[in-house]
Amino acid sequence: MSLPRVPHDMRDVVRASVVIGVASGIYAVSFGVLAVSAGASVLQTCLLSLFVFTGASQFSAVSVISAGGSVASAVSGGLLLAARNGVYGLALSPSMKGSLAKRMLAAQFVIDETTAMTSAAPDQRSKDWAFWSCAVMLFTCWNLGTLVGALAGSSIDPETFGLDAAFPVVFVAMVAPHLSTRSGRRAAVIGATVTIVLTPFLPIGLPILLSAVGVFVGLVSHDGDGPRVEAP
Amino acid sequence: MSWWLVLWLSGGAYALKVLGLVVLGGRQLPAVVNRCLALIPAALLAALIMKDTLTAGQEIVLDARLAGVSVAAVATFRRLPLTAVLVLGVGSTALVRAAAAVV
Repeated sequence: MSLPRVPHDMRDVVRASVVIGVASGIYAVSFGVLAVSAGASVLQTCLLSLFVFTGASQFSAVSVISAGGSVASAVSGGLLLAARNGVYGLALSPSMKGSLAKRMLAAQFVIDETTAMTSAAPDQRSKDWAFWSCAVMLFTCWNLGTLVGALAGSSIDPETFGLDAAFPVVFVAMVAPHLSTRSGRRAAVIGATVTIVLTPFLPIGLPILLSAVGVFVGLVSHDGDGPRVEAP
Repeated sequence: MSWWLVLWLSGGAYALKVLGLVVLGGRQLPAVVNRCLALIPAALLAALIMKDTLTAGQEIVLDARLAGVSVAAVATFRRLPLTAVLVLGVGSTALVRAAAAVV
């Protein structure tokens, strides 16, 4: 790959961003298809990716809506998942220099991947390159992928192609890195159990919110200090 | 889909990002709070997997999705790339469903 305008010592960082961007584009295509199948317009689907720009929350909200859940439960589930971006912001803020306007812009790009890339970079200059190259690649691929998926999604029957399974399949891929610690596995088992046990008795979407009791594993267990950040 | 969802989710997600990076910036949360927040994805994603694999509305339903998600779980465990996980999971769901319709 030729990256002519990138300083020589920053090429590895930028290459990693390209790989992460392309992978996220694949998620984004499936998001586009699923959002449109769940009843969102192409415009709404694209606006979600532009402005929410945090994958798990987008998938979660659309999944609750497609099952017939309320807007309130879809939004609260999505925002619970988005809370970790706030924690990432806390961790990144010492290395995020610049004007208020620049930091307000940077905030939109504080997600799993940019945090992982930036925290792994050794010095301020590499951190800047890591954050901004990852942000630009992700934002571009995520939104292009969403548009492609949304346009394709309106012309196919999701069940014939097994696309109703795309939600849980994406969630399986997303949850895997969180199961590497014992407390992560315990929280997952509690969340899964709570949801299955409560589903027959509560309105759609509510069991998902209540599954968050799984996080109280963190009160007693000490193996996962700090926000969990996967290696890119 | 309701525009309220687009509005609330967009505003809320951005507010949380700004809260961490710009408003609170650099402060330390108590370790126990960090530990709990870090576990949100594990708990909620596992819950979403159950809901999307085993339920339809308020009922527990066993169908082709379970086969597809199991295949995807094995593929993830074997560290196959994301595209492969997606294609295998979605494809096997479609196959099992088509087979069930024939039988």
